[in-house]
Amino acid sequence: MWEIRARRVVLATGAYERPIVFPGNDRPGVMAAGAAAAYARAGALAGRRAVVFGTNDDALGSALGLLDAGVEVAAVVDVRRAGTGGAARAAGVRTEELARRGVAVWAGCAVVGTEADGDGGLAAVRIAEVAPDGRVAGGAVRVECDLLGVSGGHDPAVELFTQAGGRTTWSPEAAALVPDMAGSEAGRPTAGHGVPGTAAGGAPRSIAVVGAARGTRDLSDALAEGAEAGIEAAAQCGFASCAYVPPATDSVARTAAPAAFWFVDFGRTGTAATDPDTEAFVDLNRDATLADVRRALADGMRHVEHVKRYTTIGTGADQGRTSAVLLAGVLARLTGTDMGARTTARPPVAPIRFALVAGRDRGALSDPARRTPMHDWHAAHGAEFENVGQWKRAWYYPRDGEDMAAAVRRECRAARESVAVLDYSTLGKIDVQGADTPAFLDRVYANRFATLKPGRCRYGVMCGADGMVADDGVTARLAEDRFHMTTTTGNAAGVLDAIEEWLFTEWPDLDVRATSVTEQWAVISLVGPRARDVMRTLSPGADLDGFGFMTVREMPVAGVPARVFRVSFTGELTYEINVPWWYGAAVWRAVMAAGAAYGITPYGTETMHVLRAEKGLIVAGQETDGTVTPEDVGLGWAVSKVKDFVGKRSLARPDTARADRPRLVGLLPHDPGRRLSEGAQLVAGPDAVPPLLGHVTSAYDSAALGRTFALALLSGGADRQGATVYAVDGDAVIPAAVTDPVFYDRDNTRRDGGVREGRT
Amino acid sequence: MTTDLRESPAGHLREACAAASVPGVVTLREIPFLPQTEVRARDEAAAARLLGGLPGPGRADRHGERTVLWCGPGWYLVVGPPPGTAAGDGVAVVDTSAARTTLELRGPCARDVLGHGCRLDLHPRVFGPGSAARTNLARATVVLHQVDAEPGYLLYVGGSYADYLVTWLLDAMTPYVRG
Repeated sequence: MWEIRARRVVLATGAYERPIVFPGNDRPGVMAAGAAAAYARAGALAGRRAVVFGTNDDALGSALGLLDAGVEVAAVVDVRRAGTGGAARAAGVRTEELARRGVAVWAGCAVVGTEADGDGGLAAVRIAEVAPDGRVAGGAVRVECDLLGVSGGHDPAVELFTQAGGRTTWSPEAAALVPDMAGSEAGRPTAGHGVPGTAAGGAPRSIAVVGAARGTRDLSDALAEGAEAGIEAAAQCGFASCAYVPPATDSVARTAAPAAFWFVDFGRTGTAATDPDTEAFVDLNRDATLADVRRALADGMRHVEHVKRYTTIGTGADQGRTSAVLLAGVLARLTGTDMGARTTARPPVAPIRFALVAGRDRGALSDPARRTPMHDWHAAHGAEFENVGQWKRAWYYPRDGEDMAAAVRRECRAARESVAVLDYSTLGKIDVQGADTPAFLDRVYANRFATLKPGRCRYGVMCGADGMVADDGVTARLAEDRFHMTTTTGNAAGVLDAIEEWLFTEWPDLDVRATSVTEQWAVISLVGPRARDVMRTLSPGADLDGFGFMTVREMPVAGVPARVFRVSFTGELTYEINVPWWYGAAVWRAVMAAGAAYGITPYGTETMHVLRAEKGLIVAGQETDGTVTPEDVGLGWAVSKVKDFVGKRSLARPDTARADRPRLVGLLPHDPGRRLSEGAQLVAGPDAVPPLLGHVTSAYDSAALGRTFALALLSGGADRQGATVYAVDGDAVIPAAVTDPVFYDRDNTRRDGGVREGRT
Repeated sequence: MTTDLRESPAGHLREACAAASVPGVVTLREIPFLPQTEVRARDEAAAARLLGGLPGPGRADRHGERTVLWCGPGWYLVVGPPPGTAAGDGVAVVDTSAARTTLELRGPCARDVLGHGCRLDLHPRVFGPGSAARTNLARATVVLHQVDAEPGYLLYVGGSYADYLVTWLLDAMTPYVRG
């Protein structure tokens, strides 16, 4: 599918022949007069003996076309009365020619009914005199035929025009809704929306409508309009003009005005069973009749959009192409009002296949699968992958015969007892630099960063303007005026967007620039009490003992220049080894080789979640959902009382400050083998009745604890410590004890290498 | 000198690119490891001094050994030897060499291939040699640079998207190179 934006658009979309509403107008053999003539011209005869019923000179032309193709024309029925269209019609060449060829034109008459043959097909029509408003004014005459060509006039195909913002207006001359030319330049409505044109001379971007699409019924007139508009459009776009040589046409210049004629009106007299309106179809797609329209009006509908929805008229396969204007006309006539708008035509104008919209965005290409440099290694080592946004992240690495629970237990044990490694390349990373960066970070983080010393890292929590936790992460000060910010994987783009918005729109005076370096740095998180031993192999000669917690160092790792952060998302001694993306795979392999002696174990996101939850560390987006303040998730310590920051004002609102907000707690199910469901609601009693006290945010089975555990947001939080709450999990109501959310190594004895080395 | 341990983000698709490329129609290859720097300037004059000149919006210029591509107001991608940092004059210089890899799409049908996934008007009247834009190709963000009139294009794409974008390009090339 191509999308084309043009400076000038010329719409030559043509028109649809409008049906007329009369009883039996759905019988096989009744069709658009123009269609019958076109088929006949192509050698396909829709019938042998035709009646043509119309409101306009095109109907006469169609009758002549049928005659030319050898179809017998039994009668031409024209609702217009001799004299009413003026002398021009009376002397019209088509009428004359029909008379010359022996076809009578029944002026001031209408087809008021049809009769079926044995198969239900058309056998005869009944013709009667009608008033200009459609009231039957005389007795019917029966004329046998097997084809009835109907022409109620032509409705300009205005879908594209109205979708571009154009309006339609009723043209009595054309007896049709035509594009509204009012206010247009040189007769071309300025319907465009979007960017103002940049055409030479600064002319406004505009759409020209030509030919039948604007109600022009004469071929040579339509051709001339199209040529003029095309030449004009080319000139507006700066292209050379050319002369228009009109082609020869069989155009008939002397035509009379069409009549606006919507339906044959018997008055509404009969019961439903005998009411002719029940067989007078307004929408042939939907089998919706004049009786349905009358019922809609009786039930209080007036607007065309209401009647559309009440009757379904215009909602069928042709989307109102043959019925929308007809309905508007019927309504105007029945309510005695002026002709109003038709129902809205929505895109696409013509049905298109979904495959066309999807294009190449299907199957493997339906969405980008973002890969880390170590992706192929993970796949080769049996990793199951988890989708995190567009990223493919290693989820866990099952060995032969292991299910997910067993694999995660093994990975967790390795991280807690020896050494394990995580591909954390998806971590959002933003280089923030400039003289005002410390002041800027003080504004975007709830806690203080200006006081952070170069070479050191600090955990930070960000709020939205509403005071709710937006993101968190560890940010390091690389130099006086330069910081390495990290964000959660899923929020990387959103945080950078927010930073740029603040810098460009709120604080343009600050000397700060932010650059995404997410894909510059592959991250290998080396975790566990033996991590330092592995680092000694990878970075011989480095002063690892002097490399303290929450500091950052530039040092070679496996012979590659690296930026290493001593942070921890597990509670264990951790080196987050950042190397340029293209070294990621090689350094990962080197880490695996260096750790082989210690049984180094690759772990995935599931184990990462268990380990961090054991430490009561939140995940923004899991423990938080946009309604959670830093205080709610135990980060009150990180909220500065002295400086201002985004969201601070909102934290003083009564609702954000109230004491009984749901707060982060730990839960230990009474049954240590029972794992709660994330999202389960918490209640006070086993009868599981409201009030709802909160919900489970994370729940895992822990190898370190030898049991299941969960994190939850619980109203009253710490005040309920030791109490029992009940998690409603489907049909089960599961009792659990409320605990502190830190389950493991509450005194942080392990982050420097575990008690074994005695460092704290 | 130690062994080069670098692996490029589309290296695993090198053979697939070669197999799908038809010289004289359209060819695709990765040009790995081009040194790149992102420069963000509050003070454009300082950035111009640092780089020896700046391209206008939507353009890429060559300044000495470097190609400078306009990515947005005050935002440039510099391909070539890293410029020195200009501390304190409001210009941020960040090494992003490993963050993006470079794809070269070349040949008479290259423009049509891009047209399948790029909403920019790539007609030569609008986007010709020296034109550059940070835009979307399919569902990946790229910095797109038309280098010559053949046409030849360089696409700078984030390493994590390289596998997706090359796979997409190979699929989009199929109708032009088959049979």
